[in-house]
Amino acid sequence: MTFPAPGTAASQLNGVARPEGGARPAPGPAADEGLARRLRALACTAPLHDLDTRKANLAGEYGVYAMAEVALAAIDLVTLHMDFDTGADHEQIVARLLPRVAAQTPRRPAAEHERVARWVLENLINVGSVDRGFRAVYGTFGPEGEYVRRDYDFKLIEEVPGPGGGVYLRTTDEAVNVLVGALDTDVTSAQIAAEVKLEVLISRGRLADAQLAAEQARYRTVQYAETLRRTLDATRRNVRAVDWLRAVPDMIAEALDHVAERYRHENAILTNIRRARDEAEDPENKRRAAELVDIVKDCIRRHTQLQSRLLEAGPLFRAEQDRQAFAPPAGRSGLDLYGQLVAPVLPLPVEQAIRVTDAFFARGTGFRTGTSVRLGDLVGLLFQPPVEREHLGAEMPEPDLIATPDDSRFSEEQLEAAQALLDLPADAPRRLSGLLAEARRSDPVLPYLVALLAVHAASPPVGTAYRQGEQHLLFAVDDGTVLDDHEFGGADLIVGKALLDAAGMAADRSEVA
Amino acid sequence: MSEYGTGAGAGAEDPAQGDLTGGADHPSWSAPGPAPAEPAGPAPVTPADAADAARLVSFGLQPKLLPARDAEYGELLRRYRDEPAFARLADAVATGLGLVVLEVSPRAGMAVTADEDSVFAVRMGDYARRASADSADRFLHGLAHLAVAALAFPRPEDLADDGYIGRITVNGVDAFVRQACRRLEERAEEQGENTDPVTDAPGLEAAWRTYARRSATGATKDARRLAGSTTGIIAKAVAFLVDSGFLQRTGDDAGGAYRTTARYQLQVRDMAGSAAMAELLELGVVPVGDGSATLLPAEDTDDLELVSDAGLPFHSS
Repeated sequence: MTFPAPGTAASQLNGVARPEGGARPAPGPAADEGLARRLRALACTAPLHDLDTRKANLAGEYGVYAMAEVALAAIDLVTLHMDFDTGADHEQIVARLLPRVAAQTPRRPAAEHERVARWVLENLINVGSVDRGFRAVYGTFGPEGEYVRRDYDFKLIEEVPGPGGGVYLRTTDEAVNVLVGALDTDVTSAQIAAEVKLEVLISRGRLADAQLAAEQARYRTVQYAETLRRTLDATRRNVRAVDWLRAVPDMIAEALDHVAERYRHENAILTNIRRARDEAEDPENKRRAAELVDIVKDCIRRHTQLQSRLLEAGPLFRAEQDRQAFAPPAGRSGLDLYGQLVAPVLPLPVEQAIRVTDAFFARGTGFRTGTSVRLGDLVGLLFQPPVEREHLGAEMPEPDLIATPDDSRFSEEQLEAAQALLDLPADAPRRLSGLLAEARRSDPVLPYLVALLAVHAASPPVGTAYRQGEQHLLFAVDDGTVLDDHEFGGADLIVGKALLDAAGMAADRSEVA
Repeated sequence: MSEYGTGAGAGAEDPAQGDLTGGADHPSWSAPGPAPAEPAGPAPVTPADAADAARLVSFGLQPKLLPARDAEYGELLRRYRDEPAFARLADAVATGLGLVVLEVSPRAGMAVTADEDSVFAVRMGDYARRASADSADRFLHGLAHLAVAALAFPRPEDLADDGYIGRITVNGVDAFVRQACRRLEERAEEQGENTDPVTDAPGLEAAWRTYARRSATGATKDARRLAGSTTGIIAKAVAFLVDSGFLQRTGDDAGGAYRTTARYQLQVRDMAGSAAMAELLELGVVPVGDGSATLLPAEDTDDLELVSDAGLPFHSS
């Protein structure tokens, strides 16, 4: 399963690098560097070609499947499902690969399709090698003109730990580069370029190209979020390591500006595409535009996710500063484990670094006391029948509930009475003074509840009503009239009920969300 | 040695020392209680004293045992503090067993550790079988221990401060080492270096690269952690440190959350750190610290440790 046998890869790749006629090529480190870079890029595609070569070795008739196509689709899927926190779910990727595999050979059984999808995905991860990665061998000329063979290690899809202890898939930078093309550029500028292109394409009505550009924009968005996530992940250990005075606020402001701009931009695109979708007559164009809407909405979702994280940065920093900077200083100075040990060790060659880590291991792991077993105990232990595992676990103790005294100021009946009073017809708002007088006739406490509800209605929960699709909403307006009442003061509010366009809101919601 | 005793009827929980020492009338021995009268001449050591000293060392050999939880342990620690002759005896017993005494205190107990050739010493070959054959694995296991310590005590002040309790998670340690590796990779790229190692010379590969190319995790058939992945290696290290009484598990988030004990701080500060430093100096690498922060974030980042699953403000579909 391990790809590829170093010998074969070396010979292939060396064929490219070898000079003609035995003469050394005009070396120059720059030329060789470029060659090495291209060789590495070439190597990244090799696992895909390798799939089609090796499908013959599978037990069964798998020649009809285009494995490289399935592999590229898998890399696409994983890239698109990568989130800020986690990655793509293994099973989900297999499930989404199945339609494409099935389309290649509709008459084959579904189990075989699944086997192909799993085989491709596992080979992209390269399950079976200890590094779960690939290695290619290529040659370069060293500064002295000597020919050096080097190992290039890379991964296409890597497995990362998720929050719930699960394992998720992420595509590596190499894979994204293989997939989208030469991406040796700044992420941000590439994104701007892609989006400008998208807008132009939409304005000219070329939706097929627009979809491609939108997908590329999303790759850039994912890549940008990924870069940010990794760099954000790194810190918090030492506040002094960070320039909070200038660099960090600048960075946050910049990032927020970026999010705001992208958000505006993508909303504009969204409006345009929606129009294109609604005006399109060709069903194919309509479908494309609808897909495009989904992609852009996903971009917006990712940006808002980024934004909420940026907003939480400040409070977190201040809490850390309190903990670290305002603690009394320690009497003696300690060893800087990272700066004086980890950081100097990592650049060393393994054979030297291992001496340091061995020394740390020998002195840093503590001790073990040997255990000796009595034969008599061992025999008894081995003959012991296995303990039946309880299926349901221990019995839950019956909770001892104590009824809390009802200390609400108003009773349920009073609330109902107040709400009935405020259930006004939509076209007939009333003065608060009138409502209070009416309430006072039935119950001396009721006016307080009515006043409370009316005051709340002065700032009606529009957002909640919108989200929950309410039919109507109680509101109160102050027109400057002073309330003349012996119990209450303030403005004599006009209380009324507004009818909401529930159906229209629901349609709107499904568009934006 | 009954002249040390200031009271009678002590040690009900320990018949062996009943007539030897008092001390039940030291209700709080963290306060500098009445200093016992120093013996005029060298006190004769009785076999019972030796048994007590050895018992104290045997308590020290149970690293997860807390002095606060065991009255006899606490009593012997008090004796160690108050009776210099007894302290010397206990030290001698420990030394004879091949142990090094790091500290004897109510917080850490009798904190001992194994000398390099001691029967109690941990050997890499016993720790991880693959490590004895494969130098890359051996390095990764060692680095995992170093990284756990570096993250548990990120600042020099944290290592020096006796009251500091470090908190780590398995995934956090992995992310932190990967970040350091990534920075080295970026630096190498900036300088236009070709970091791909020469074929068939694994020992010359840069250490960070060995770590970077090992996968972080991996799905296995039985839903366990892939032992050869970096989180698997770190999880093994922290589980081992828990058994050594150096870490305590506090939760399951991010691959397992742990906090440090006083013993771990002593072990890292007094033993492991200096031993590794000495080795590094022998290699001709002289790291210079100027007191400024070294655990720097990546370029252009800030101090954001973000809460996972942070809510989306709007349009969460």
